[in-house]
Amino acid sequence: MRNRLDIWKTYKLYINGKFPRTESGRYSKWTSPDKSVIINVCRGSRKDFRNAIVAARKSFDGWSNLSAFNRGQILYRIGEMLEGRRDQFINELMIQGSTNKEAEQELKQSIDRLIYYAGWTDKFQQIFSRVNPVSMPYFNFTVPEATGIVAVIAPENSSLLGLISVVAPAIAGGNVCVVLASSSKPLCSITWAEVLHSSDVPAGVVNIITGIKNELLKHFSSHMDVNAVVYCGDKMKEIRTIEKMSSLNVKRAVIYQNTDWNPDTSQGPYYILDTQEIKTTWHPIGI
Amino acid sequence: MSKKTRKLSFDTDWKFSPALENTEYIDIKKRYGLFINGKFIPSKGKKFFDTINPANEDKIAEITDANSSDVSLAVQSARSAYEKVWSKMNPSERGKYIFRIARLIQERAREFAVIESLDGGKPIRESKQVDIPLASAHFFYYAGWADKLNYAFPGRSAHSLGVAGQIIPWNFPLLMAAWKIAPALATGNTVVLKPAETTPLTALKLAEIIQEADVPPGVVNIVTGGGATGRAIVKHPDIDKIAFTGSTEVGKYIMDVIAGSGKKYTLELGGKAANIIFEDAAINQAVEGIVDSIFFNQGHVCCAGSRLYVQESIAQEVIRKLKDRMETLVIGNPLDKNTDIGAINSKMQLEKICSYVDLGKSEGGAIHQSSCSLPEKGYWYPPTLFTDVSQSHRVVQEEIFGPVLAVQTFRTVDEVISKANNTPYGLSGGVWTEKGSKLFQVSKEIRAGVIWANSFNKFDPGSPFGGYKESGMGREGGVEGLYSYVGLD
Amino acid sequence: MLNYQLQKYSIDQVGVAGRVQRLFSRSIKKESKMQALRLALSMIDLTTLEGKDSPGKVKQLCYKAAHLHDQFPNLPKVAAVCVYPNMVKEAKNALTGSLIKIASVATSFPSGMSTLKSKIQEVNRVVKDGADEVDMVISRGRFLQGDYSYVFDEIAQAKEACGQAHLKVILEAGELVTLENVCNASELAMEAGADFIKTSTGKITPAATPQVVLVMLEAIRDFYIKTGKTVGMKPAGGINTAKRAIQYLVMVRETLGQGWMTPDKFRFGASSLANDVLMQIIKQKTNVYQSINYFSID
Repeated sequence: MRNRLDIWKTYKLYINGKFPRTESGRYSKWTSPDKSVIINVCRGSRKDFRNAIVAARKSFDGWSNLSAFNRGQILYRIGEMLEGRRDQFINELMIQGSTNKEAEQELKQSIDRLIYYAGWTDKFQQIFSRVNPVSMPYFNFTVPEATGIVAVIAPENSSLLGLISVVAPAIAGGNVCVVLASSSKPLCSITWAEVLHSSDVPAGVVNIITGIKNELLKHFSSHMDVNAVVYCGDKMKEIRTIEKMSSLNVKRAVIYQNTDWNPDTSQGPYYILDTQEIKTTWHPIGI
Repeated sequence: MSKKTRKLSFDTDWKFSPALENTEYIDIKKRYGLFINGKFIPSKGKKFFDTINPANEDKIAEITDANSSDVSLAVQSARSAYEKVWSKMNPSERGKYIFRIARLIQERAREFAVIESLDGGKPIRESKQVDIPLASAHFFYYAGWADKLNYAFPGRSAHSLGVAGQIIPWNFPLLMAAWKIAPALATGNTVVLKPAETTPLTALKLAEIIQEADVPPGVVNIVTGGGATGRAIVKHPDIDKIAFTGSTEVGKYIMDVIAGSGKKYTLELGGKAANIIFEDAAINQAVEGIVDSIFFNQGHVCCAGSRLYVQESIAQEVIRKLKDRMETLVIGNPLDKNTDIGAINSKMQLEKICSYVDLGKSEGGAIHQSSCSLPEKGYWYPPTLFTDVSQSHRVVQEEIFGPVLAVQTFRTVDEVISKANNTPYGLSGGVWTEKGSKLFQVSKEIRAGVIWANSFNKFDPGSPFGGYKESGMGREGGVEGLYSYVGLD
Repeated sequence: MLNYQLQKYSIDQVGVAGRVQRLFSRSIKKESKMQALRLALSMIDLTTLEGKDSPGKVKQLCYKAAHLHDQFPNLPKVAAVCVYPNMVKEAKNALTGSLIKIASVATSFPSGMSTLKSKIQEVNRVVKDGADEVDMVISRGRFLQGDYSYVFDEIAQAKEACGQAHLKVILEAGELVTLENVCNASELAMEAGADFIKTSTGKITPAATPQVVLVMLEAIRDFYIKTGKTVGMKPAGGINTAKRAIQYLVMVRETLGQGWMTPDKFRFGASSLANDVLMQIIKQKTNVYQSINYFSID
């Protein structure tokens, strides 16, 4: 009897809650380290990026105006969905080159991290807000607010845990994201998009693009409607480009040179704060 | 009598006699060196520039123009003081030095106020009542934080960064120096600060206080100069943190220049704030709020409410009351206690304001100015407002940094919110309404770092200040002001 | 009775306090101080409103009014004397031939707690006795319970009873408590025909406060723009220093302007203010601080 033919997955982009191919039609061949798997990864273009930004901007008001509780529930759901797909992800991580043990560890950490940030959505404000004792008769309070669109250059070497470690805090804080996935390990990033898609995450809140970093980096960091750019990595040339391009519209450039996303120090409310703005309001107290 | 002929006359028989502040006892040297490593020293470069009084164009003193080797010497002193003394010191002791600075400013407050008005043109009443007290309060506030940092960052411990390079503007010279130096010192850093070219004096007097307070040499260094000195600071490799307050244009330049250097930075840049008056506002107080927002400090305020949005149903009333109020604003000698609006800080700034007003007129805006007379010598500009302008007019989009207000009407709340946010800036905003729920909603929706509800241009050391978008990043004041100067473990 | 609809205004107290502080920071020196002192003197309603007032007391007050400080020639005269209804005839006699006006409180001052009929009768009486000006009180209880039409009506009736005399309407701001009430009551009084609105009876504290004065001046301004009518203003009670009086003159100047810088449109209800102003005037002239021993108390 003949062996059943597998149906290969086409790895597309995730933009505005849909899975389109790149509008440029280009692809990059990705080969697994053991050469057993070859995949045509979409080579995302600046137009894909631009479309993603448009989708993200459209979704920002809705996402940031959801109650913090709601956002927490959605993040929790992402964790639930990821848990349900354990085997699929462990398999993909191994195709990308992890050992079984490493893959399991990364998957568990990823789920736990999502649950961790789900618990922060309605608490970080309490840690980082103030009522300030001004010396005039005014009620003066400070609160964090989402900065808006966060462009993310995901960690090269950690396509699930690393990706989640920067996207989860950003969206927990009410931001929306456009992510440039790892190019050396693109599979989990796109499959994670499927998880997002089944988790009640509104369209446009997270968009994931695969592509060549060299080509897309300057667009990610120069787009005038992006409010913050998060870069994971330690390549000085890339960091310099990002910081220079950020000056065009005074983007907040957040650089994470950390490459090990495993330890607990790689999570925390300060990651949320990194993509928050701080607003202070004054109001007179009188009769 | 029709409404048109009902006019109030503020040109009364009873006029104010001059009420000049006494300046006999103040001490200004003929020439100032650079304050490096606890002493005033000359520059090897032997270049100087004059600082003048913009109210009469008289020279006040000669100021040293620091070159890049002066800057290097200052950074070196700051580094040495940081490593050998300041970072090793018990935090409570650091706090006590900063308390000393605060108290000494209070003791010499009047002298500082006079010098601030002489050097920069702002009315003595403002220097006395706002600038100097707030500056002293800022030092006092941060002094208290020095030994309590372990409470400021939940779950993390903070460490100082090292040497901070700080560049400040000319609109609130001493206050801006306080905003920069106080938190930097409180968190254990040392400082190289460059005051603005047109207003170096109060920073140099502050250096005298730092000497008097016996602050260890090199902890605070004041280097005077212009753009080149500023660039030398920004580019210096041994500076860990840049703090800049000034124009968005220069802020972007700084980001570009330090890209990839690993330097931390905070920027407090320009603004074009929307001041929104709803029909259910306390109108008389809102009109005074407009004066606070754009005419106070000659409009040289980054967070000025330079775009007025008034609900159409009350627009006529508000504008009429505003015009009447403009007539009672006294423009004149900054040292006269009755002056409301002082001199424009420099010839350059005056030219900029004039060219914007010309632009506004050519763009079709209708201009109204107060009928005050302006002194002959010095740099002056009367309070001005533009009506018949819209979002597309450049005078509505671009920061003028003078006493020029652009007035628009609006009909609905969502219209005005989207217009208020329709700008690359995001420093501040004003909302006037007596309806509580609307106030909270509008405050939430305006994308700006400081929202003044039923108020404008209020400041306090405990209140974090800073912008969204192109108005900058990072906050000064309050707990948030500490973040700028620490690394978290 | 007219069904009066109150136009409710919103007032931000902190904003008012800020504006007051700015106005009070004016520095009035030298020639402008002398001008202000003389103007203040001419705006005083020299007042005695005590249960123990007698003809003797009123005679002495009236003499003081006409002879503030004879050692110093060419001083302005006070605008008026202000007395209880029973003393109007006495004051009228004592000031025969003088330009100083006779003002009388009426309408069951200070409480206003009697029938409208008896209050209007009182107005009739004092006008008949020779009062040039009538200072009435409004019924605060009625105002606070929302019966604005009643208050409107009592003012309108008093105005009618005044005839040629001027009507000042005392709001008693201290009992109205909020600045909104003061503003609304001011407009009501002006619409009902007041020639002057007055802050207080001076019998309770707080009496005239800077915030109340500013709110009333702004109400007068807004009424003028709306109707063209110029209504006068009189702060009363607790104004006993020249400094405070000058601060209020600054307030008038910058809120209403030239039209109100005259005793026809602005008065101070005060008793000891006159001497403090006199001392300041002499100090300006001689450069020497003065003592009360050199000035007559009535």
